Amino acid sequence: MDHTNIPRTVPRKSATFDDYTLSEIRRAAATGLYDIRGAGTKRKLPHLDDLLFLGASISRYPLEGYREKCGTNVVLGGRFAKKPIEIRIPITIAGMSFGSLSAQAKEALGRGASAVGTSTTTGDGGMTAEERGHSSTLVYQYLPSRYGMNPDDLRKADAIEVVIGQGAKPGGGGMLLGQKISPRVAAMRTLPQGIDQRSACRHPDWTGPDDLEIKIQELREITDWEKPIYVKVGAARPYYDTALAVKAGADVVVLDGMQGGTAATQEVFIEHVGIPLLAAIRPAVQALQDLGMHRKVQLIVSGGIRNGADVAKCLALGADAVSIGTAALVALGDNDPALAADYAALGTVPGAYDDWQDGRDPAGITTQDPALATRLDPEKAGRRLANYLSVLALEAQTIARACGKSHVHNLEPEDLVSLTIEAAAMARVPLAGTDWIPGAGRY
Amino acid sequence: MTPSPHCIDLATATVRELNQRLHHLTADGDPGIWRVLNPAGGHAIAVGLNAPVTVEIDGHVGYYCAGMNKSASVRINGNAGVGVAENMMSGLVHVRGDASQAAGATAHGGLLVIDGNASARCGISMKGIDIVVKGSIGHMSAFMGQAGTLTVLGDAGEALGDSLYEARLFVRGSVASLGADCVEKEMRDEHRAVLHARLEAAGLAGEVDVSEFRRYGSARGLYHFHVDNVY
Ligand SMILES: Cc1cc2nc3c(=O)[nH]c(=O)nc-3n(C[C@H](O)[C@H](O)[C@H](O)COP(=O)(O)O)c2cc1C
Repeated sequence: MDHTNIPRTVPRKSATFDDYTLSEIRRAAATGLYDIRGAGTKRKLPHLDDLLFLGASISRYPLEGYREKCGTNVVLGGRFAKKPIEIRIPITIAGMSFGSLSAQAKEALGRGASAVGTSTTTGDGGMTAEERGHSSTLVYQYLPSRYGMNPDDLRKADAIEVVIGQGAKPGGGGMLLGQKISPRVAAMRTLPQGIDQRSACRHPDWTGPDDLEIKIQELREITDWEKPIYVKVGAARPYYDTALAVKAGADVVVLDGMQGGTAATQEVFIEHVGIPLLAAIRPAVQALQDLGMHRKVQLIVSGGIRNGADVAKCLALGADAVSIGTAALVALGDNDPALAADYAALGTVPGAYDDWQDGRDPAGITTQDPALATRLDPEKAGRRLANYLSVLALEAQTIARACGKSHVHNLEPEDLVSLTIEAAAMARVPLAGTDWIPGAGRY
Repeated sequence: MTPSPHCIDLATATVRELNQRLHHLTADGDPGIWRVLNPAGGHAIAVGLNAPVTVEIDGHVGYYCAGMNKSASVRINGNAGVGVAENMMSGLVHVRGDASQAAGATAHGGLLVIDGNASARCGISMKGIDIVVKGSIGHMSAFMGQAGTLTVLGDAGEALGDSLYEARLFVRGSVASLGADCVEKEMRDEHRAVLHARLEAAGLAGEVDVSEFRRYGSARGLYHFHVDNVY
């Protein structure tokens, strides 16, 4: 055999040990510490893209785009609260802490949301005067850490959100690294400046659903039963968590899928704990229906919502509204290609920047560095967010009208089919072109 | 005792009515002294108070009595359930009997005095409150305590001060064990002065000798994420 002429196979990289995996092994070997980053899951997961709307046909009658009325308003908290809140579009801004975000970013979120008549949410670390001032409707988070928690802000809030978990890290607490513990953040959290701060993963003064019921009663008593009380859970056991939240007296359940963003969490947590939003909505809706509470207790879902189609799909699956974090930050200016040179200096590229824990955000959003933070103009960024939120609502309306609905809440699972068998099973809608719902009748 | 206009009997009134009336009191004018009868272990009694009122509760209370208290003085002539004075901002809460778990949890200020014992997680995530327990406290007390003082005349259970930040702990009796990153620290004059002031505020001046106490605090070893700090 002529050994000089044997054709060689091309170099082949492992699908299992891909470049990212190899680099992570090297990073871990060098440091001995897990990787901490911001943002949500990066690997491909079953998601809302796997669903399609059917639109109208001979048997379904569409509404005229632009002209015929298609409502988008949502009332939240009518179950027990004396003062339920009404938002004009079914899209809210998720809780993101001052600390993880700059004061300018929080102000921009408030401006953008208020301009289109929707709510913003505080986060771990308390309420700032700026965000209260710029948010017409502000939801105040009640977290395990209770950083900055006080009765005056509680009374100033329009609603209260008891946070039990987040989609990015169900079962995990929070962290804010020392670079972001500025004097103001430290004072608001009663912590020494510059330390790596941990937020507790469990509430300090209650355990389990029976205690939660009493805790909610206390919060209602303190605020004279005026404010809607939300309970936020990471998507893990959505049927039971929703049922237990309802039992504990929630007005609103917030369900955050595993794709949901975070300011800082271990990579292993972000990518491997919790279930995708697509798989979580139907069990939660089922729980509400089984209890006769669908549309009485509202369901807000989040985790990877990007466009009006995502919004419409969540509503069709039975949610009352959605919530956005990452997309809102992008609308403000996060990961902007115009900042490519700054990202290069940080060893990354626009679109991949996820070191939100690090405080060196060139867009001035996930930072406490005064020089970086002033790069974000809250008015302009707020306008971009308002524009983006309007587009989400318009897109959702476009789809709803095509399906013949005079309110986005009239969208229903029957308007949907799925592209993949797994999505059909998770969302409990038929595989396109068939009447097959894998596992139907056997949840 | 003769019922006065400032007496609310929870055998006939609801907790809602009680709290609503207390919330209507303001700092101007004299909010006076209020008596609460027959609390019968009810939850969320006298929560969210926001005026310098004095509330005397005759009997045992359930969860979260005097939660988020600001300015008021609340005395419980009985035992208290979970989370008494949780997240208190200022004022005084005095439990004449024993307290259950998470007494004074996350509280930012004010003084909590417990004449009897306190159960587990006393002062968990405390953020500036002063707590004085005349009896003993249960396990995991002052967990993640950030600021304030916890003074215990009796003993402390396991894992005292686990993951402690800057809260200061004074224990006269034994400590079953210290939690992660909690260490015994030298008791200097400045600390004796702090302790003395707390004992005085709790009405124990002259009754208890500060030199019998030991001081515990954070080793501050967990303040930065590092491979050697992982538990
Ligand atoms: C920068 C940042 C900070 C966050 N901070 C909090 C927080 O303080 N409390 C909380 O409940 N969730 C927090 N979250 C999660 C969001 O509330 C929300 O669940 C998530 O962003 C939704 O998913 P999405 O980012 O894909 O839209 C944070 C998310 C981000 C991106």
